[in-house]
Amino acid sequence: MTKASIEARGDLRLTRLTKTYGDFTAVDDLSLTIPKGSFFALLGPSGCGKTTTLRMIAGLEEPTAGSIHLGETDITTTKPYQRPINTVFQNYALFPHLTIFENIAFGLRRRGQKDVKEAVDKVLNLVELPHLAQRKPTQLSGGQQQRIALARAIVNRPALLLLDEPLGALDLKLRRQMQIELKWIQKEVGLTFVHVTHDQEEAMTMADTIAVMNEGQIEQMGSPADLYDNPETAYVANFLGQSNLIKGTISGNDGDSLVVDLYGQKISLPKSRSHAIDNSTYAGIRPEKFRISLLETPVRGNVLSGGRIEDVSYIGVSTQYQVEMPWGQELMVFEQNDDGVAPFKKGDAVNISWEPAFTFALRGDEDVTAGSQIEPEVQDEE
Amino acid sequence: MTQKIKDATIPTIPFGARIQRWFGRNLIRIYAVFAFTYLFIPVAYTFVFSFNDAGKSNLIWQAFTFKNWQNPCGAPEVCSALGNSIKIGFIATFFATILGTMIAFAIGRHNFKGRSASNLLIFLPMATPEIVLGASLLSLFLVFKINPGFWPTVIAHIVFCISFVVVTVKARIASLDPRLEQAAMDLYANEFETFRRVTLPLVAPGIAGAALLAFSLSFDDFIITNFNSGTLTTFPKFIYVSAARGIPAQANVIGSAMFFLALTLVIVGQLVNRRKVR
Repeated sequence: MTKASIEARGDLRLTRLTKTYGDFTAVDDLSLTIPKGSFFALLGPSGCGKTTTLRMIAGLEEPTAGSIHLGETDITTTKPYQRPINTVFQNYALFPHLTIFENIAFGLRRRGQKDVKEAVDKVLNLVELPHLAQRKPTQLSGGQQQRIALARAIVNRPALLLLDEPLGALDLKLRRQMQIELKWIQKEVGLTFVHVTHDQEEAMTMADTIAVMNEGQIEQMGSPADLYDNPETAYVANFLGQSNLIKGTISGNDGDSLVVDLYGQKISLPKSRSHAIDNSTYAGIRPEKFRISLLETPVRGNVLSGGRIEDVSYIGVSTQYQVEMPWGQELMVFEQNDDGVAPFKKGDAVNISWEPAFTFALRGDEDVTAGSQIEPEVQDEE
Repeated sequence: MTQKIKDATIPTIPFGARIQRWFGRNLIRIYAVFAFTYLFIPVAYTFVFSFNDAGKSNLIWQAFTFKNWQNPCGAPEVCSALGNSIKIGFIATFFATILGTMIAFAIGRHNFKGRSASNLLIFLPMATPEIVLGASLLSLFLVFKINPGFWPTVIAHIVFCISFVVVTVKARIASLDPRLEQAAMDLYANEFETFRRVTLPLVAPGIAGAALLAFSLSFDDFIITNFNSGTLTTFPKFIYVSAARGIPAQANVIGSAMFFLALTLVIVGQLVNRRKVR
């Protein structure tokens, strides 16, 4: 049993995984396959069940129902030390009484591996900290500890590496740098990475596939571009970046497109991007897809007229506008500052236009604010 | 701009205000000096009078001598009493530390029926007046027809030391990040290896502290010992008995030596800790 599970390799398969604590359901009937060698992100706000899912994969939490397979091997009830899975913990959990070298060697020694020194030196070189081998964890900076935690996990060459908000404690600049390094290391060692984060930008930078979680379930799963360009729910549309959602009615068909009536103005959008189930819908457009033009300027594509600039904020790479539409809604527009055109002024009467292909449509009964007010910054979620 | 500031004359602060500010800054230091003086005067007194050429009573300063330090066992019975106290202390500490540590882990790490009750009960020996504990232990021993003496004293000491060990070790366990043990399990260490390589080394300072505390409590104890030791003389009993007819200066020697030994232990411990961190 022990031998078989520790040598298991292959895709990770979660089947109808459920975890309840008393009345509270942390993970709700979750099924998911993570292909071998991929960089997979579980993204969601704190309390969405992503950490619980990760801990069940690691074996630190026992599922209430469902199963976990690695390749063909069922590892649902095996102990953490019987799984070929290693974790980079949120606060690194380096052993304070051991040197960096012994921290990294810990897993190798427990498995009775030979050439411990060689393996540790190699991984220390990989994370570019060979000179710290004899230090204690408390003598290292946060970024260094983070790398050692990573080294301690990947030195074991696990079938699966779990990362629990591994960059949460780092400052922004270091976080960006580590994101790139993590991605590079994942390519270099070719392991399957499962990364839990609440930071949508982090997930999008690193992961091949993102699963957005909400209340113990997967809201939507796909590549970063898929999720961003074609969200299926308001929750995803709001949690990944910002969206303008405009109430409308599907009024007709035009080949591959749908015609949607937004407060009396007709626009079109690709059928493949419609997730509406009946005629009522919310048309969604990302703020950077909009173009603003003065009334006399000719425009192509979808046009909404009757806008008035309510607010202008210049933020360097772009200018952000709030445009009030005739039906009272304020739309958000990001314009690149690349065309040398003087920005619009507050009070200007404008049209808003965009490429029809950039539009997506959600169900008309959605809560348009879902996922938008979540302040994801919570350090310690358990 | 800066030039202007340089040229301007710096206004002098009035003398009274300066005094006030000095007191404000140093009040805590002044207080500390008084507090430590108060704490250490008895110790200093004991130390000074260990050099007294006392003769019969060591209450009045007679003359300076090294005699007492050269011959600490000079007074009758003082060293056999000391030996008994050390022996009792070591045995009681050994068992109380092992049992107490196990209880601390049980209460600190596991959820079982009666956990909160045990948690409360373990405090009872600490809260019970020593005189009550001593007397009831004696009557208990007598019920079982065990005569007071060495082993009943050891058992009595283990009883009250356990509580202190549990409290000390439990505090250490509580401050231990459970993720460290999870990390060890994640890195292929089974339950036993995790305990041996991660949990125990991290809790060890707490256990060592608890053992030191247990030893000093046992060594120090008079009331409970007095009930349960019968004719056996321990160091505190010896002092108590001799107080009536004058404590020999050798007692001061031993007391001072204990103090310096404890001080050395603490300093060495600190130094080792500091080196470990570095």
